Amino acid sequence: MADELRVPITSDQDLVPARAEGRALARALGFSQTDATLIATAISEVARNIVVHAGRGEIRMSAIQESHRYGLVVVAADKGPGIPEADAALESGYTSKRTLGLGLPGARRLMDEFAIESEVGKGTCVKMVKWRMRDELERLREIRRHRA
Amino acid sequence: MSVAILKQGDYLIASIQSDLTDAQVLALRDDLSDRIGRTRARGIIVDVAALDVIDSFVARSLGSIAIMARLRGAETVIVGIQPDVAIAMVQFDLNLAPLRTALDLDEALTILGQRAQGDGEDGG
Amino acid sequence: MNRESETVVHEVDPSLLHELVAYLRENRTDLRAEWVQRITQAQLLTVMTPDEIFSEVTAVYDNYVDALETGSVESLQAYARDLSERIIPRGVETHEVLGIVLLLRDVLARALFVKYQDDAGLLDRILDAYEPAANRIAVTVGVSFVEERERVIREQQEAIRELSTPVLQVRERLLILPIIGVLDSPRARQLTEQLLGAIQANRAKVVVIDITGVAAIDRTVANHLVQTVEASRLMGADAIITGLSSKIAQTLVDLGVDLSMMRTVGDLQGGLEEAERLISYKPTQTSEPSSAAAN
Repeated sequence: MADELRVPITSDQDLVPARAEGRALARALGFSQTDATLIATAISEVARNIVVHAGRGEIRMSAIQESHRYGLVVVAADKGPGIPEADAALESGYTSKRTLGLGLPGARRLMDEFAIESEVGKGTCVKMVKWRMRDELERLREIRRHRA
Repeated sequence: MSVAILKQGDYLIASIQSDLTDAQVLALRDDLSDRIGRTRARGIIVDVAALDVIDSFVARSLGSIAIMARLRGAETVIVGIQPDVAIAMVQFDLNLAPLRTALDLDEALTILGQRAQGDGEDGG
Repeated sequence: MNRESETVVHEVDPSLLHELVAYLRENRTDLRAEWVQRITQAQLLTVMTPDEIFSEVTAVYDNYVDALETGSVESLQAYARDLSERIIPRGVETHEVLGIVLLLRDVLARALFVKYQDDAGLLDRILDAYEPAANRIAVTVGVSFVEERERVIREQQEAIRELSTPVLQVRERLLILPIIGVLDSPRARQLTEQLLGAIQANRAKVVVIDITGVAAIDRTVANHLVQTVEASRLMGADAIITGLSSKIAQTLVDLGVDLSMMRTVGDLQGGLEEAERLISYKPTQTSEPSSAAAN
């Protein structure tokens, strides 16, 4: 899938569709109910982060496929004030009062890959990925698609 | 209507109907605070069965509802956390203390009823 | 679902189709025998006896010719699914099923070639009628077989899942989850999901997780175990871990798992007794193990 799903984030109201779209995409890609919830929860956290720190931004979701697995990629981007020392701030022990609150370290625990790039004065970009292994059933479906 | 609140005996039961915006969560907290004062409820039950995501904000808000309620002499029980939501919450490492949780309304009423019995008596 | 099933072959002289179908029916016995010979030569359907092969090829042949005639593959689909249901458990592979269908296509095509070889123009038109129909048949049978296979695999996966992590309701409000064998991360996650689902369905107040049958656990699995206990608590159920070997207990200590947050009892029997106590007390639910009021 080359397509990307974009959800603009301008207020706390946009978190509701962001969560719902994330869940729907996860289910469409064959993720389990539980994984879809993990993904939706992580999206909620990073989207709220946008509202709280930057005021506006967007969530971009897309699917990627490798030989043994499928992935759902979520990118949360804003042009807000940025987070100083973002990488250090991800560590769980970091005090919540500074900038991040509970959200980002928690979101990282829910996803398989998590990276944050932030520059003070420029903005922040969080990229997260959740993977799911391809199984026998999928391989059979591929065969069918080729033969039909 | 995103949350239905009704009074049953000494208790307030808040039934969340759908996914809530942050503003709606805060409004719920304020609404409950208001009603405890007016109705002198001894307990609050919040039914979150319709929430398919409970993130840090919701968890914090539920916590502050419980603290607010306790300040006014009422206990709070959260019911209806779905299995996948429970998994997400523990994996996230959301600490729900000091929240009480129960499976459903019946269980919550039983717990609150026993607490009521427990007050003013010694032990068991 | 195969959407192309209903279209009849278009722009083909129906009388031509009729003619070739009649020919294939007349020569059924011979052509079928030739087909069986080709199947044997290609070493397909080796798991089936000659009698079985004969009866199946007869049915396939007739269905095949019917489908050529009507252009509708619906009954062929139904037959293919039925056939698949019977032969998949026998171990017949996809390539064998496709193989025999393609061999039949070839046998019939050659027969038509032989019959009409003196009239090149007619042969052309006959093949124009035959080929698309025959190809659609091959695809239909192949797809039906694969779909049936997928359905069987899915059912088997489900059955294996059920068998390997049973959650037992011992009595009202009490569940036992005995874990046996190797516990890895995916299995532990699946276990948690099943347990929580059972808590909800059975309105359990206490779950006893017995790990007597587990030899060793690592950090990831230990975390899963702790998370399972915490998630159960969120759903209003207390969890008791039983059958903790000294080896596993040591592992948990080394990993820094906070054992004070977990109720553990040495053996299953003791765990069940503790569970009974918890249920009859109906303790108030707090986020840490409650100290039940003294008797």
